[in-house]
Amino acid sequence: MRIVDHPILGKIKERKKVFIEVDGKKIEAYEGEPIAAALLAAGIRVFRFTAKEKEPRGVFCAIGRCTDCIMTVDGIPNVRTCVTPVRDGMKIKTQVGLGKWEQK
Amino acid sequence: MLNEQTILNKVKTSPGYPSKERFFKGPVAVIECPEEIPCNPCEEACPFGAIKVGEPITNLPMLIEDKCIGCGKCIANCPGLAIFLVNLNYSKDEATISIPYEFIPLPDVGEEVDVLNREGKFVCKGKVIKVNKGEDHTWVITVSIPKEFFEVARNIKPLK
Amino acid sequence: MKEAEITVIGAGPAGLSAAIEAAKYGANVEIIDENALPGGQLFKQIHKFFGSKEHYAGTRGYDIGRKLLSEAENLKVVIKLNTVAFGVFDKNKIGLFDQKDILISKPKKIIIATGASENPLAFPGWTLPGVMGAGAVQTMINIHRVLPGKKVLMVGAGNVGLIVSYQLLQAGADVVAIVEAMPKIGGYFVHAAKVLRMGVPILTSHTIIEAKGEKEVESATIAALDQNWNLIKGSEKELDVDLICIAVGLKPEADLCRMLNCEFTYVPFLGGRIPLHNEDMETTIPGVYVAGDVSGVEEASVAIEEGRIAGISAAESLGYISEEESEKERMKCKNRLKAFRIGPFGSPRQEGKNKVFEEYKRRTKNVK
Repeated sequence: MRIVDHPILGKIKERKKVFIEVDGKKIEAYEGEPIAAALLAAGIRVFRFTAKEKEPRGVFCAIGRCTDCIMTVDGIPNVRTCVTPVRDGMKIKTQVGLGKWEQK
Repeated sequence: MLNEQTILNKVKTSPGYPSKERFFKGPVAVIECPEEIPCNPCEEACPFGAIKVGEPITNLPMLIEDKCIGCGKCIANCPGLAIFLVNLNYSKDEATISIPYEFIPLPDVGEEVDVLNREGKFVCKGKVIKVNKGEDHTWVITVSIPKEFFEVARNIKPLK
Repeated sequence: MKEAEITVIGAGPAGLSAAIEAAKYGANVEIIDENALPGGQLFKQIHKFFGSKEHYAGTRGYDIGRKLLSEAENLKVVIKLNTVAFGVFDKNKIGLFDQKDILISKPKKIIIATGASENPLAFPGWTLPGVMGAGAVQTMINIHRVLPGKKVLMVGAGNVGLIVSYQLLQAGADVVAIVEAMPKIGGYFVHAAKVLRMGVPILTSHTIIEAKGEKEVESATIAALDQNWNLIKGSEKELDVDLICIAVGLKPEADLCRMLNCEFTYVPFLGGRIPLHNEDMETTIPGVYVAGDVSGVEEASVAIEEGRIAGISAAESLGYISEEESEKERMKCKNRLKAFRIGPFGSPRQEGKNKVFEEYKRRTKNVK
């Protein structure tokens, strides 16, 4: 959910709206915001599944430290979505295990 | 465990809390800051020199009762949102409380609101008298309440 | 461009303040930061700071961030963003990665101001999506303006737990409860009072025992603790929450200090393993300084003063400022620091710092 108005920070700034694709589904995002923020805003909280136990993982630290939020972005696995900015047309995939490099 | 009673006991014995006599004389700042933290903007905010912290900066803020005229300037200048204003002489049956407020939407003047105590429990209904822009996004809301609740009423329920 | 004489790692309150001071005296300073935006954690601090006027009291964190940034800009401090300092070698070679190339910076002095990271807390279900660091949630709500959950359980009633709870309420979330394993609230009374009067219960001697949910958090189980920290059977309670915030302290991000073989000591009250340093913020490796949370977890106001001291010390060691003048300038900062390290909350931090300073003296004497 987006925090449109805020008692201290005021109304959210106008930003350029773009679209990204998450597991084939188109979602709205704002250019420059971290991928993780766009996904959380869209209500997506499961970002990947672990290699052995296939357990779900999502955002934990949001500052690029813990690597829990990694996904496959434009064919590149293990991208820290909390510190990687959104670009229009990005293709994001829920990652399973170590992920795979994909041909572009 | 902090609840209405334990908080009230704690703030009542601190030097920022007005005496009973002072409450009855009219509008007065109620400083609910009973812990030695390094902070003193209240001292500077008061145009009448009615709040003293001094040195060291961890001194508890002291209310100098006869200097306080109840202007309320301190309310939105306290970074801890720990200062309120109580006016027991608002009318025959009613007192007012002024509280720092940092939520949206703001209530309208004349609106009826739920008045809460120090642990967020409902105390009584109140009527919004003033909605003032305080300092840097901290608003000051003044609500009239039945007099008997002047010592427990310290918040209003945010409107959704 | 001229090579930087001083490289500051981290563009938070400590790093910016260090760079500002050093640049003020004429040193050529660069700041390295891995983030896309400078300011460290300052821009998510939307509450008003405590302290005195000299400490920016009454000013919201993000405004302090703006002030520091414009000062740094006016002094022509170069801030290299999106650049990771991945290692320090041979005392003065810093390995940098700017998302394209690997670069080596060879400054004469290094100021490490890398801050701290949040402690995790392990319990069944702690890896579920929806369990997040309190600072992480603060970043999401105040910087990115996204609410990661609607019904929240906060774990930890220190200042971070209390402040972030209040900010969650401001962002429109419902904070169901704050649990604190200690028998008393760790943060300031005024912060606790703010959330309490919004109707958020603070349950001391309580902890989380499980996060439940199929794929993400759907509920949390909490329970009461006795005097010996044992769970009280039958006290378990399930809370309907979709977000669990962990606010159980921070630890210094001191990896670069470790790579440099700086000596460390252990001060639990300051966040654990602390790189030894003296009152002028120099580590056991001459020419390498620390400032802010990396030198012991305190708060932004302290980080600013420590940064200033480190900046002055580095400028002095390069000959930009006389020993006498730098001592005078540092004393101003030290006096402001002292004001922050008194009282029931400050004095344990002062004791911790004293331990660090004393051990620094002892160990550097043995070396010489």
